[in-house]
Amino acid sequence: MSAVIDENLGSLADVSDGAISIKDVVKVYDPDGAAVMAVDHCSIEIPAGEICMIVGPSGCGKTTLLNAIAGFHGITSGSIHLDGELLCGPEQPQAEPGSDRIVVFQNGALFPWKTNLENVAFGPMMAGKQSKAEIYEKARSMMADAGLSGNENNYPGEISSGLRRRVEIVRALMNDPKVLLFDEPYRALDSLTKSVMHEALLEIYYRNKVTIFFITHDLEEAIFLGHRLIIMSSRPCKPKKIVEVDIPHPRDYSVLTSPRFREILNEAKDVVHDEAMKAFEAGEKEG
Amino acid sequence: MSLSKFSDKLFSRAALRGIFAICVFMVLWEVGARSEQWFGYRFPFVGLVPPPTDVLVSWSGLIGDAGYWHSWYKSFLRVFGGFTAAMLIGIPLGLIMAVNKSCYGIIFPTFEVLRPIPPLAWVPASIIFWPTQELSIAFVTFLGAFYTIVINVLGGAKSINKQFIQAALSMGASQWDIFRRIVLPATLPSIVVGSAVGMGITWEVVVAAEMISGGGASGGAGGGLGFFIWSSYVGGSYEQIIVGMFSIGIAGYISSELIRQLGGKFTPWLKTR
Repeated sequence: MSAVIDENLGSLADVSDGAISIKDVVKVYDPDGAAVMAVDHCSIEIPAGEICMIVGPSGCGKTTLLNAIAGFHGITSGSIHLDGELLCGPEQPQAEPGSDRIVVFQNGALFPWKTNLENVAFGPMMAGKQSKAEIYEKARSMMADAGLSGNENNYPGEISSGLRRRVEIVRALMNDPKVLLFDEPYRALDSLTKSVMHEALLEIYYRNKVTIFFITHDLEEAIFLGHRLIIMSSRPCKPKKIVEVDIPHPRDYSVLTSPRFREILNEAKDVVHDEAMKAFEAGEKEG
Repeated sequence: MSLSKFSDKLFSRAALRGIFAICVFMVLWEVGARSEQWFGYRFPFVGLVPPPTDVLVSWSGLIGDAGYWHSWYKSFLRVFGGFTAAMLIGIPLGLIMAVNKSCYGIIFPTFEVLRPIPPLAWVPASIIFWPTQELSIAFVTFLGAFYTIVINVLGGAKSINKQFIQAALSMGASQWDIFRRIVLPATLPSIVVGSAVGMGITWEVVVAAEMISGGGASGGAGGGLGFFIWSSYVGGSYEQIIVGMFSIGIAGYISSELIRQLGGKFTPWLKTR
């Protein structure tokens, strides 16, 4: 693995697409007259190619932000731009879902009735720009790169949950997205599988630099993967503190034991703990 | 299935247990039915039932009887006619109610009012409505499977994981793609379950309908397995009643197994769970 890693892998200089600009976004849910503010005047600038970790207690409204970028839900006010182009704003409260922004879901959303290979090929097949043979050729080689050879003709139900997550990331990358949106994808995995998945994700990232918007409440995961941590306040959700992770990429698991990692962890922990306490006292439920 | 695999399956522990249980059941039945003859005392309940050996003798007499097999044929025809119609109408109806809110609003209330009416309550009305008795029976059979299939398809299509649709939308799927590649395959397991349950109900209903309606215009041997049982009862041939009952059991099992096998072919990804 370390053979393919060179000095430039962590640099963002060569990434031109995928800058997200979130300005003053407010989201108010009004299900039965009682307005609940999920996101409160939230502004985040994410440069192209950055791994941006959104950290906050469960149910704080992080997913609302992700759904707004993906185009699954509208926003109440504010605007979100991708590379200077408006995704959603005052004139168009809900963005169109598009293959430039692909979500990797918390519980996984591989289609169980399609084989892994068919799943991976789904996006390009829908786009219809290449021949079927070309698409499957590319799908096979992308799966091989991600260490998924031999699983092409299995159904997602036949492979481990760790491998399923990897298939899902490959399926997302097949669309040549500018942004990958991760909604706590490793939440249900045990910590050993998780650590394998983290290294695999970084490896995939070093090969295909895209902007990564990654929601998590796991601080170690956030610091290990991210260029930056945006620690969110509990409901309503807005950035409370930004932590730069100045540990150079490429990273591997030795980072976890480095003194700098511990320093950043301690710095972030205090902030997160305060917010978690607030969320706990406010009686927030998991969600 | 290869022969050795088949014999493995036949002599597996589970299969042997099943065979043993059936043998014990048969022996108890035989002893119970012959209690008066053997012990001079009639066991309660089973004392009046013809013993299995007599049933087998009666059955072997019927093996060469064209009328008996014609009853099978008639009932199968009605079951598969009614069942196929229920699938052809029920699956699209369930799907359209699941994907279109106004269709749901228009159809579902009427559907829910009609659904609790047992198919057998339709027998007199359908004899009046339909020009031939054959059609009346087929219609009642159709109703037996129809409601179950619609409810299963509707429930299955409505409970699709929303994230499947969101993922497909992100990857550029059109509305038609989403219907064809997401909604339809995601509903297939429910269609299979609904069909299997519906098939069972169809057999229950066809037999009763045949008994009530007198088994079709040709009467007698043309009447199907339900009428076969009824005429055996009227004719006082108690062995043949049991033969008719077991025939229906076997016919129902064959039909359900057929549905299961076909369903498995359509949903290969479920085999691996």
